[in-house]
Amino acid sequence: MSVDIDTVKRVAHLARIAVTDEEAEALKGDLNQILGFVEQLNEVDVEGVEPMTSAVATAMKMREDVVTDGNRVDDVVANAPRREGPFFAVPKVVE
Amino acid sequence: MSDLTELGIAAIRDRLAARDFSARELTGAYLEAMEAARGLNAYVAETPDLALAMADESDRRLGAGEARPLEGVPLGVKDLFCTRGVHAQAASRILNGFRPTYESTVTENLWADGAVMLGKLNMDEFAMGSSNETSCYGPVINPWRAANSNADLVPGGSSGGSAAAVAARLCAAAIGTDTGGSIRQPAAFTGTVGIKPTYGRCSRWGIVAFASSLDQAGPIARDVRDTAIMLKSMASVDPKDTTSVDVPVPDYEAALEGGVAGLRIGIPKEYRVDGMPAEIERVWDQGRAWLEAAGAEIVDISLPHTKYALPAYYIVAPAEASSNLARYDGVRYGLRDDAGDVIDMYEGTRSSGFGQEVKRRVLIGTYVLSAGYYDAYYLRAQRVRARIREDFDTVFETGVDAILTPATPSAAFAVDSMATASPIEMYLNDVFTVTANMSGHPGIAVPAALSDDGLPLGLQLIGRPFDESMLFRIGRVLEEAAGSFRAGRWW
Repeated sequence: MSVDIDTVKRVAHLARIAVTDEEAEALKGDLNQILGFVEQLNEVDVEGVEPMTSAVATAMKMREDVVTDGNRVDDVVANAPRREGPFFAVPKVVE
Repeated sequence: MSDLTELGIAAIRDRLAARDFSARELTGAYLEAMEAARGLNAYVAETPDLALAMADESDRRLGAGEARPLEGVPLGVKDLFCTRGVHAQAASRILNGFRPTYESTVTENLWADGAVMLGKLNMDEFAMGSSNETSCYGPVINPWRAANSNADLVPGGSSGGSAAAVAARLCAAAIGTDTGGSIRQPAAFTGTVGIKPTYGRCSRWGIVAFASSLDQAGPIARDVRDTAIMLKSMASVDPKDTTSVDVPVPDYEAALEGGVAGLRIGIPKEYRVDGMPAEIERVWDQGRAWLEAAGAEIVDISLPHTKYALPAYYIVAPAEASSNLARYDGVRYGLRDDAGDVIDMYEGTRSSGFGQEVKRRVLIGTYVLSAGYYDAYYLRAQRVRARIREDFDTVFETGVDAILTPATPSAAFAVDSMATASPIEMYLNDVFTVTANMSGHPGIAVPAALSDDGLPLGLQLIGRPFDESMLFRIGRVLEEAAGSFRAGRWW
């Protein structure tokens, strides 16, 4: 399977990364090399094999449904590039 | 005074207890060494005030007879770890100016045991790289040089700053992370010891996430004993990371001198890859001979799915990365490109904030997870991954105690020498290490020999889940046989 320039641009938009035509061209080559490299996985017989979802088999941990942390508004917004009081500020989204 | 940096952790522990010098003097010696070695570009942020304050507290505790296990030991920390109020950028422009308001569990454990933080160490951007050349701060220079050459070599990656700092004696030991080989490969390139513990042994809380099902923290140190001491302090079960596993952390140091008599060591034939340099084969055969001479039984084994580990990794890791890196949106931290509407802001911020390799991997990950491709790529890779783990399970069930392989397919290479290579050529650096990430097993790299050019080469041991003690024990035997390797000081 290989990707064309339009697919690269579509995927870049899905990933929210702006790319120039020149960058898209270079990425197309890289992506096709990587997709070509992973093609060999089709040789492996995986019939009936459960996908591995965690590296070490363990039961999902449960904990008490209680508040363990909170009331840290200043900490949460401390690194925001733009803020208004206790809020993150973003460009206007709704007209 | 500067010879204080010659002491490893075990020696520091004894000499501080004897009050031969103060923790403040020791930390001061490292701060001087760091200043003199800035050309190596190992540290991206130095924290001298914090280091001296922590050292003073260590001196107070030592005076009061309240020393903790790592009291006064000066450490370097990979830039991937969140450290309260201190620079943490994962060597990426997109985290410009980020100062975490919390501390990672692993570093918290180290400070609670009395260690001193010297600063943050360079790395590949978001831990994506095998040469430390994708860092937004520029490459780290390996303290090692080939015989009769002044060419700058890479220290490996992604924990290249950690490995270079340990090799150049710019910290007593360092911490790194390993997603596909990022501790073991740089350790091998710098003549240091590095272990990727079993997945779940160390908490991932507060470590900038790359590929969550693969990432694991571990130490890089000067010898096997110091590495064992470090891991004991780093490891813990943590309510803040549900993938951290609740198993006892043994006293690794106590198990160190057990020897290998009667142990079964597996040699996997699939690691003898096409085009393997003669010097790599030689060091592997030498390791086998050393263990045999020390009383181990050597058995030939097969791990049939080995060759599929790297391609499966290059689906799983980018897929998880594309999801994890979605959080860098210009809203909550770091860089922000304010042009246009909110979508322009996201796209502009991420375009100027991420480097080339990160973009490449985020795009691959987005593609393999996109509608219609999930089953063909991600799900198939996860199935192949189950096969890789079965290979290991089968071998360990036959009574093999550990597996011996080369750590890397070559010695350290020159800075910029891979600039025009395809991404795949760089990825092949991790061909021997990535299997243990895919399966979750622990792996250690131990320096074993010098190459024909006088550069360090490492051997890797892979062990049973949560049996890091066995790796330290066998690693110690390799180390005894091989001796230690030291970069000559030229910087």
